[in-house]
Amino acid sequence: MSPKTLYDKIWDAHVAHAAEDGTCLLYIDRHLVHEVTSPQAFEGLRMAGRKVRAPEKTIAVPDHNVPTTAGRDDPAQMPEDSRIQVAALDQNARDFGIHYYPVTDIRQGIVHIVGPEQGWTLPGMTVVCGDSHTATHGAFGALAHGIGTSEVEHVLATQTLIQKKSRNMKVEITGKLRPGVTAKDITLSVIGATGTAGGTGYVIEYCGEAIRDLSMEGRMTVCNMAIEGGARAGLIAPDEKTFAYVQGRPHAPKGAQWEAALAWWKTLYSDDDAHWDKVVTLKGEDIAPVVTWGTSPEDVLPITGSVPAPEDFTGGKVEAARRSLDYMGLTPGQKLSDVAIDTVFIGSCTNGRIEDLRAAAEVVKGKKIAVKRAMVVPGSGLVRAQAEEEGLADIFRDAGFEWRLAGCSMCLAMNPDQLAPGERCASTSNRNFEGRQGYKGRTHLMSPAMAAAAAVTGHLTDVRELI
Amino acid sequence: MEKFTTLTGIAAPMPLVNIDTDMIIPKQFLKTIKRTGLGVNLFDEMRYDREGNEIADFVLNQPQYRKAQILVAGDNFGCGSSREHAPWALLDYGIRCVISTSFADIFYNNCFKNGILPIVLPSEEVDKLMDDAERGANAVITVDLENQTISGPDGGSIGFEVDPFRKHCLLNGLDDIGLTLEKAASIDAFEAQAAASRPWL
Repeated sequence: MSPKTLYDKIWDAHVAHAAEDGTCLLYIDRHLVHEVTSPQAFEGLRMAGRKVRAPEKTIAVPDHNVPTTAGRDDPAQMPEDSRIQVAALDQNARDFGIHYYPVTDIRQGIVHIVGPEQGWTLPGMTVVCGDSHTATHGAFGALAHGIGTSEVEHVLATQTLIQKKSRNMKVEITGKLRPGVTAKDITLSVIGATGTAGGTGYVIEYCGEAIRDLSMEGRMTVCNMAIEGGARAGLIAPDEKTFAYVQGRPHAPKGAQWEAALAWWKTLYSDDDAHWDKVVTLKGEDIAPVVTWGTSPEDVLPITGSVPAPEDFTGGKVEAARRSLDYMGLTPGQKLSDVAIDTVFIGSCTNGRIEDLRAAAEVVKGKKIAVKRAMVVPGSGLVRAQAEEEGLADIFRDAGFEWRLAGCSMCLAMNPDQLAPGERCASTSNRNFEGRQGYKGRTHLMSPAMAAAAAVTGHLTDVRELI
Repeated sequence: MEKFTTLTGIAAPMPLVNIDTDMIIPKQFLKTIKRTGLGVNLFDEMRYDREGNEIADFVLNQPQYRKAQILVAGDNFGCGSSREHAPWALLDYGIRCVISTSFADIFYNNCFKNGILPIVLPSEEVDKLMDDAERGANAVITVDLENQTISGPDGGSIGFEVDPFRKHCLLNGLDDIGLTLEKAASIDAFEAQAAASRPWL
């Protein structure tokens, strides 16, 4: 047999039909659904008189729109358009008989946090969701990617996707990370090196010692932002850490089925002499704590750096950088660590898990915020409960942070959690696009520890000075 | 889905690189439960000020581009989210074709599901079409999907590549789900085999 990559192996195990031109029907093992990208898909099914083919493989949770403030189970708290969208998901989950975690359920949270937490995400699976950050689930060695609403409807109706295979890209992070450097710094540094289109047309497999050393939660952070690098999906080969994380979760296999699953999962790695269409290698020890300065996730620099000038770039990026600097209100040559911050947001599917909150709390502990407002939005009700149990919530509250309920919140600001025009935010989310966190809001992306450091100093700060 | 065969229309230039889905349709417009009506909010934050007044120098607010049906755009158009609201907004505005050097993967797929043709061309050819588009109302371009050609105002013709299956679906306005359900027997067979080999799923 010819050597295969991990992606090749998962792909081959899911082709339900292959046409001569290479167009395949890829079978989907898990379909995650949220309220924003699904109403039109369910409406399409109803209009065509179609059913959900595999409701037992379909999981829905409202996350994008939901308020994160107390008392939110009262629908009157939501603006009417949000309320209608969440009510539509309630109704669709009921009508089509799919698994559902309403806002009143402690298991509710961001779909990409709930899936792994509940054991819906398993190695070797195909996982899709009408959300680009579905790439997160690749941390388990699952082929996971975002789809549009037409494809959501297609998966609901057929449990398959029409796909052509992507190319294989290897991103290797060698050696060890230095203190203060995290999974977020890895994933942002990769995008900084390859650009936001560097992964277009590829599925990325992240590998190397620094990736192996990461916890499952760190690996989820890395894969989460594969999409910001343009890749359809990011993958990490499952290992003992993966199996330990999955074992015992509510929907993970048990008993003899666990043994059978484990035997297959252990075959899920790229063969030594597998073919890669593109290879990128970064040295772990070269990666510093980073922040973004512009309005594209590729606008990444070490915190020790200075704001670049448009002339530092070439081609269309010159004009884009000029526009970004104007939008962000930054001056070329300004030291990044001199940039004053108004607001800190800790949360999102990128960094809303318990380890993220622990890392931020460690920096915040015993200090007070030096920004206008700071909020922590746990990724799920269960993450929130655990953080309260561990005393993290008290650390944040004592420092002056708002301690919120679970949801996507200010990552995309579809709910009331938004930046005002000109407000500058240190954010653990994934996109710094114009208007992303609120009209004319200014976003700097970074790790939870770096965001916490900005919160307690009032400006972008090298977290290594605080630890 | 509306068929796409031949399109003759005005091309609007948007040379900015990395035009993302938040620019194409900001999140406050994603709360709809319909596919239509988003055209008025296409490029909302670039197109209107806070009071809802048009920003005069934005390309689609200029008189010669108001009826544009084609966009010629900078690299990596449509990066960002999976929101199909982006192609829905383009379509609702009247844009049926976007030409760039590269597209983000999910956006590119989403276009084909909605009767929009995204065309990838080498940068020198995009530059030429960008120059043509900057000539305003004279910038009428014809996109012929059957023959895979783009002809500009000066009569020159450029060829482009498109996946044959996607081309077939666009030309005939075919519904993907209907096509897939014709292969239901293959899906049934796959499911039975997977249930045997991976019973934990």
